[in-house]
Amino acid sequence: MNPFSYARPASVDDAVKLAGPDARFIAGGTNLLDLMKENVLRPRQLIDITHLPLREVAASGNGGLRVGALVSNADLAWHPEVEARYPLLSQAILAGASGQLRNMATTGGNLLQRTRCWYFYDTGTPCNKREPGSGCGARDGVNRMNAILGASDACVAVHPSDMCVALAALKATVHVQGRQGAREIAFADFHRLPGDEPQRDNVLADDELITAIELPAEGFATHYRYLKVRERASYAFALVSVAVALEMDGDTVRQAHVALGGVAHKPWRREEAEALLVGQRADDTHFAAAADALLAGAQPLAYNAFKVELARRAIIRALDEAARGVTR
Amino acid sequence: MSATTPIPEADGIAACPVSLELNGQRRHLDIEPWTTLLDLLRDRLAMTGTKKGCDHGQCGACTVLVDGKRVNACLTLAVMCDGKQVTTIEGLARGDELHPIQQAFIDHDAFQCGYCTPGQICSAVGMVNEGRARSRDDIREQMSGNICRCGAYPHILEAIEDALPAARAWAGEGER
Ligand SMILES: Cc1cc2nc3c(=O)[nH]c(=O)nc-3n(C[C@H](O)[C@H](O)[C@H](O)COP(=O)(O)OP(=O)(O)OC[C@H]3O[C@@H](n4cnc5c(N)ncnc54)[C@H](O)[C@@H]3O)c2cc1C
Ligand code: SF4
Repeated sequence: MNPFSYARPASVDDAVKLAGPDARFIAGGTNLLDLMKENVLRPRQLIDITHLPLREVAASGNGGLRVGALVSNADLAWHPEVEARYPLLSQAILAGASGQLRNMATTGGNLLQRTRCWYFYDTGTPCNKREPGSGCGARDGVNRMNAILGASDACVAVHPSDMCVALAALKATVHVQGRQGAREIAFADFHRLPGDEPQRDNVLADDELITAIELPAEGFATHYRYLKVRERASYAFALVSVAVALEMDGDTVRQAHVALGGVAHKPWRREEAEALLVGQRADDTHFAAAADALLAGAQPLAYNAFKVELARRAIIRALDEAARGVTR
Repeated sequence: MSATTPIPEADGIAACPVSLELNGQRRHLDIEPWTTLLDLLRDRLAMTGTKKGCDHGQCGACTVLVDGKRVNACLTLAVMCDGKQVTTIEGLARGDELHPIQQAFIDHDAFQCGYCTPGQICSAVGMVNEGRARSRDDIREQMSGNICRCGAYPHILEAIEDALPAARAWAGEGER
């Protein structure tokens, strides 16, 4: 790691005052320190935000739940309110990383973890995300883990988080604060597609701090499923993952939210695919139609064509299990 | 800081005062901010029980307990442990009495080369503290952050399963 100076602000205001392009906030450190050891990131200052008062999980005004940015992934997954009302979120978090890492990793940090694209990590290869304008090592490289949807010429990376796929399906809101004040960002608008600025993973400004995630009142606690397909049974990033949240009325789907992980630069949702399920019988024909709509226009790369069929089958299975309520 | 500020040299940055409790002993240290907890333990404090495997949070060999929770010491900055309690493999026994998980690893021959063992044991103790492991499958899943390249998993699993009740009781006694 390069040398850096260290600051430990006690308030959110002080933290955002210190922020800037050469400084980084550090929370759990599980992604930031890893990338610093690889020389992918070389900040001159770390701003330790772990002493800020952002550890609360509390009822929000509109009947939902507000989760402080510093709540650890383990504490969030096992929080009684989350287990009871948002089991999709618990399931997704527990499908990610390891017991140790979930104790360290925070809610805010999880949203901001960088891609696991091998070329992003390898400073000996070109990467537009790491070094804008240098090229993309993955597009014509070994791109098994890369995107099949929403990619650009500049970048074919995927967002690696499991938690974020569930937050997308649950339609969470991200609360942030910067020097100009506070704002709220709908989860669907938080992460970006790469376009010609792949260095920007999301819409957060340099001086902005995530303070909380807000979950809406509806948690889909009866019909949900987080299905993660990976190369070993535990402790691996997703090849493809699916978060499903349904509201059912007998055999009929009343509401459907479906998000995919491992396929794009952000959790992948399409309202038109979800609309194909609403008011319909929960059966394989409708599930397949929704899957095809979600994956329409997929552009696989040399080594990841398998992801298209894998995702299709995973979506159908996750929808089926969620509809039948057999998720545990 | 302006964008043109040069990257500061190591000797331009003051070490930070840190006070932590290591295996029950209070320590006051001056630590450079870029020192990981793992390097502090091994290189400065000569506590080499905690191992450096991958140094990227992938193998679990560096697992220690911070305020009773298992973490990867390689991805933890030592300065951020100010005011915390750190427990390493050296601090698990009570006097000559081994922690039940340590004893079970011996009884079940749960290692071959032994390099992952301190991390496996600290991780298992942390898992017991979390209170979520009930079945063999739970243990397998919740211990997946600790890799054993010798492949001693079957005996590791048996040792932990066998020691679970005693480890829970041990943790309860520690609280009194
Ligand atoms: C071996 C390994 C396996 C993993 N496997 C998985 C997996 O299977 N699934 C999965 O989803 N994840 C996995 N992860 C990733 C892990 O979930 C993330 O590293 C973690 O969630 C990041 O959180 P953190 O608090 O440690 O972030 P940090 O490393 O502290 O920070 C990450 C980034 O976020 C910024 N930041 C942090 N908090 C805030 C805030 N409140 N406001 C603004 N900026 C902030 C930091 O400046 C930094 O840029 C794995 C990680 C490792 C090392
Ligand atoms: S896919 Fe994106 S992150 Fe990976 S090498 Fe290309 S530009 Fe970099």
